[in-house]
Amino acid sequence: MRLLLDLARGMLARRRRQTLVSVLGVALGVAFFIATAALMRGFQTYFISQIIDVAPHVTIKDEMRDPPPQAATLAHPEGAVAIAGVRPQDRVRGIRAAGDKLAMLEAMEGVAAAPVLTGQALLRYGSRDVSVSIVGIDPARHARVSNIQKDMTQGRLDDLRATANGLVIGEALARRLGVGVGDTIAAISPRGVALSMKVVGLFRTGIQTLDQQQGYALLKVNQVLQDRPNVVNQIQLRLRDVTRAEPLAREIEARFGDRTESWEEQNQNFLTVFVIQNAVMYSVTGAILLVAAFGIYNIISTVVYEKTRDIAILKSLGFTERDIQLLFLVQGMVAGLLGAVLGCVLGAAMIEGLAQVRFGVEAPSGTDRFILARDWRVYVLASAFAVLAAGTAAVIPARRASRLDPVQVVRGAA
Amino acid sequence: MSDGPAEAPLLAAERVTRTLPEGVTLVADISLRLARGEFVAITGPSGSGKSSLLYLLGLLDRPTEGRVLLEGRDTAELDAEELAALRLSRLGFVFQFHFLLPEFSTLDNVLIPIRRLGRLGAAAARARAMDLLAALGLDAAAAKLPEQLSGGMRQRAAIARALANDPALILADEPTGNLDTRNAAAVFDIFERLVREEGRTVVVVTHDSDLARRTFRRVHLVDGRVVRDGPTTG
Repeated sequence: MRLLLDLARGMLARRRRQTLVSVLGVALGVAFFIATAALMRGFQTYFISQIIDVAPHVTIKDEMRDPPPQAATLAHPEGAVAIAGVRPQDRVRGIRAAGDKLAMLEAMEGVAAAPVLTGQALLRYGSRDVSVSIVGIDPARHARVSNIQKDMTQGRLDDLRATANGLVIGEALARRLGVGVGDTIAAISPRGVALSMKVVGLFRTGIQTLDQQQGYALLKVNQVLQDRPNVVNQIQLRLRDVTRAEPLAREIEARFGDRTESWEEQNQNFLTVFVIQNAVMYSVTGAILLVAAFGIYNIISTVVYEKTRDIAILKSLGFTERDIQLLFLVQGMVAGLLGAVLGCVLGAAMIEGLAQVRFGVEAPSGTDRFILARDWRVYVLASAFAVLAAGTAAVIPARRASRLDPVQVVRGAA
Repeated sequence: MSDGPAEAPLLAAERVTRTLPEGVTLVADISLRLARGEFVAITGPSGSGKSSLLYLLGLLDRPTEGRVLLEGRDTAELDAEELAALRLSRLGFVFQFHFLLPEFSTLDNVLIPIRRLGRLGAAAARARAMDLLAALGLDAAAAKLPEQLSGGMRQRAAIARALANDPALILADEPTGNLDTRNAAAVFDIFERLVREEGRTVVVVTHDSDLARRTFRRVHLVDGRVVRDGPTTG
């Protein structure tokens, strides 16, 4: 093998310029792959971490995934009469035995749980009305399931307890209403209950839908506002291991019967978009590498053409077809490997270059730069793909070389 | 000439015919026995099948009829890998064109078959290659690339490469075709020394009657058939 490597190196070195062009082609493909992946994955990872950070990992809701079966259906499962048009039941009582369920969930290892009552309300300040979602929480428990405390820019969640009818709202919502901490606004629920609420804190999550349309109040206060005394319509969970969210959600739903959604299920639309984005990205960068592979094919074909006599002499010396095939495959792989190494260096440089770009406008992420993921696995993946593509590109010319008849070549050269 | 075909032959061609798929017959019904220590010239006019016969004897080509036996072993029964192994260890080729790999030094070119066979360690292989180059007067050119050598030196380097694995049989196809008279004579001097001093068998295809006269046995072909096979006459 050492001999074949030496021969391959010599043949490639002889065609330095052609080899360099092919290697550069692969390197550019690898570099673009790495830089694009850093951009895409950086954004996606940030987005997912925001979701994981802001939203509960698992949410138990006061609804059923499927309407409960009717008594007649249960009694006569094979009956000839079908029941259609069953209207959903309005469960004003919220989650049944929420206290017991909460206690069971809190007893689980690595699980923090908090009861929540969410409901719509109209916030009115002066002549300005904004429809928002009010989340009634127990601040002590909620701090364990959500990072909203971390996102507070003014005040603290505990201030909800210290102030009668306190309200914490997003900064964007405060701007829309034109209020600040200490201002009192009117909150009117769909049931017609009106409360005067005092803004005790502001938060900024970076997610516009939350920052513009959500507010936090004490659970008891929201129960009054929504006219749903003692009702909890959600139990939110935070897990030490977020990857457990989906199986745990399935387990809880099977046990309690309440609809239970993991963060993945709640954000399935975004995650699906990411899958499509990734498919597009890998297709485009894959196409660049494919073009580079054609460059490898071209150089190996040229080498085979130019080295016809040398192939003949090597065969007459006792090299087998396999040796010859390996010799040219190695050349393709070496070109691919060199391209991969150079591409990794170029890719890393491109990432650092992108990291220096400033937009001049602060994005919701709190930075005016690209969010970039630096993941060594992307380098490995790009390099492996490049070497594989280069090796595959060399297969056809290598096979052609191995099948050359030395007699024909020597006769032709004579 | 050698002691003749009564001894166990190094190489034997038995009623060998080579016909191309298009129907052209290159050599027809040739039988030949080569003993150790023979120095044989294959002569004949252009297109008489000299080179074709050499390629058959050198296991680069397979006969369509008949068989070739190397040291008593029927080569028709061997697959491509086994034939390649035999060429590597038992045969040495010299062609009209030197076919040295241009990217590698003279020494590296001689080392290629030694390294491929893999019987010697790195130091021993290098020593063997240097000995061969020194014996052919090329020790000073060991580090040079083929393009830095003269035509005669390149052909001597090609002979050194053919001798690298200590083959029993050297097959040379018009080895002096590209050389001037002085260099051509020098190449034949080397062949003669290999036969007389080392007991190797050398088979040379040549057009040159003067050089052919320096061999011990002459096989003359016309239209792919042997028309004369006997001692070389002065």
